[in-house]
Amino acid sequence: MTELTNLGVAAIRDGVRDGSFSAREVAEAFVSNVAQAKTLNAFLVETPDHALAAADAADAARAAGETLKPLAGVPIGMKDLFCTRGVPATAGSLILEGFTPPYESTVSGKLWAAGAGMLGKLNMDQFAMGSSNETSAFGNVISPWRRNDGGNAALTPGGSSGGSSAAIAARLCPAATGTDTGGSIRQPAAFTGIAGIKPTYGRCSRWGVVAFASSLDQAGPMARDVRDCAIMLENMAGFDPKDATSLQLDVPQWEAGLSGDLKGKRIGIPKEYRVDNMPAEIDALWQQGIAWLKDAGAEIVEVSLPHTKYALPAYYIIAPAEASSNLARYDGVRYGLRDLPEGAGLQDMYAATRAAGFGPEVKRRIMIGTYVLSAGFYDAYFTQASKIRTLIARDFDRAWESCDLLLTPTAPSAAFALGDKSADPLAMYLNDVFTVPSSLAGLPAMSVPGGVDAGGLPLGLQIIGKALDEQGVLNAGLALEQRAGFTARAKAWW
Amino acid sequence: MPVDIPTVKKIASLARIAITEEEAARIAPELDNIMGWIEQLSEVDTTGVAPMTAVIPNHLRLRDDVVTDGAVRDAVLANAPQAEHGFFTVPKVIE
Repeated sequence: MTELTNLGVAAIRDGVRDGSFSAREVAEAFVSNVAQAKTLNAFLVETPDHALAAADAADAARAAGETLKPLAGVPIGMKDLFCTRGVPATAGSLILEGFTPPYESTVSGKLWAAGAGMLGKLNMDQFAMGSSNETSAFGNVISPWRRNDGGNAALTPGGSSGGSSAAIAARLCPAATGTDTGGSIRQPAAFTGIAGIKPTYGRCSRWGVVAFASSLDQAGPMARDVRDCAIMLENMAGFDPKDATSLQLDVPQWEAGLSGDLKGKRIGIPKEYRVDNMPAEIDALWQQGIAWLKDAGAEIVEVSLPHTKYALPAYYIIAPAEASSNLARYDGVRYGLRDLPEGAGLQDMYAATRAAGFGPEVKRRIMIGTYVLSAGFYDAYFTQASKIRTLIARDFDRAWESCDLLLTPTAPSAAFALGDKSADPLAMYLNDVFTVPSSLAGLPAMSVPGGVDAGGLPLGLQIIGKALDEQGVLNAGLALEQRAGFTARAKAWW
Repeated sequence: MPVDIPTVKKIASLARIAITEEEAARIAPELDNIMGWIEQLSEVDTTGVAPMTAVIPNHLRLRDDVVTDGAVRDAVLANAPQAEHGFFTVPKVIE
């Protein structure tokens, strides 16, 4: 029998439905893989009972002849940014130590209602601020991938959804939730040879998701292939009156709509994404991606997104500004950590608690945000960045006059070694150069594995679509996936 | 405009984050470097451009003015570092 942990979401769903194996067997196999992979540090909390209970419910439903729910028997991982009732949530930070949500995030609640079970809460960059998973207060996540040079350098699984990407690549779960503020689903997916989609802003409810930058934060699925992402997204998306920016739209049947035939589609290649110092292998993969999409019937057109170079600096005003406001809630009064020095008053308690609870990158971003919002600087920084955001969105709108989708690399390099960039915040920020512009414009975007570099490490291709055109993004992703035939996987060493 | 040590101390105070002299001295050049890089935004002509307020067109919804939540005081207080008599408690605030 096929090893159950090699199966993806669709295969597990179909196998449980057809009786090829029981949901219990699947859950037990993944629970066992999770328990054996502690070296990767992908899970912060393991919840085998949750996964097994959902599996037993699926098996009982099948035995009773009921129609199975869309994710019946599928155990998944949950990024620790999502609050799940009764399970500690930390967002990777000490400041939430001791916090156990008495409520369920809308997205996780939808997944459980669809029959999925939870294997555990996944490690991540602290408050989703990071691109390498090195800002977690609970230690780095180690990528299951290693270079083929015989060295054993520990590599980053990407970030901020690095626990999610590592767990899927290591076959600890078939799929996981991620969140993406400036690339936190797509970059880790690219670094670990899996797929991930950030839907249009507003598709997935932000309710119950620990806030980073609310005008950018979007939940999305990460899984091994495009179909599994489509299945997951269908069960995560949907209108939620509890989120004021939730879109009041029906959820399309993305899985049923999948087609790798791109006849009649025009794919734009943005010339500004040809950045200086781009490794030849990334460029070569991009060219290969263009050839694959042509082969799928698409027409290729060159387009211009002239404000691309301003996206990252604008992002590093807008995201920290929103974060400094959102993270003001961590005051040592209502939940989480409290540091009360002897004889301290209320103001001292706030400052001591926040000094003890936030990690260096979180403090850095809160301070940048506080600075750009402070009296005298607001217009020069925040208002200017918000105007540039309008220009960036306008660039995309103009591009859509001549194309339907965009193809770019996901990241400017393959996974780097842990420690390589952690001393230089700016070098780390530049890793998100290809993912941030579409985040600023709220557009759906996906990374799919395209191939490996000379070191044997995965490289991703990114598809960006028009607002609400997740179907177009998924279909182009599928066309790439069908031609890339990506089968490389990390050899188990953990 | 350079981000110096006094500026860092002021920002940290506004953000209610306690920092030491050493931390302020370490953070100042980091922030100065980042803000220097961000400075390139000033070269973009944004005359007549409206600041982005919503990435996807959406309208603000109104809901009926009815109670939809509540009566969960104890569940809420269960997460407080310190709570007494049904209230959050904080150190004495002396005016």
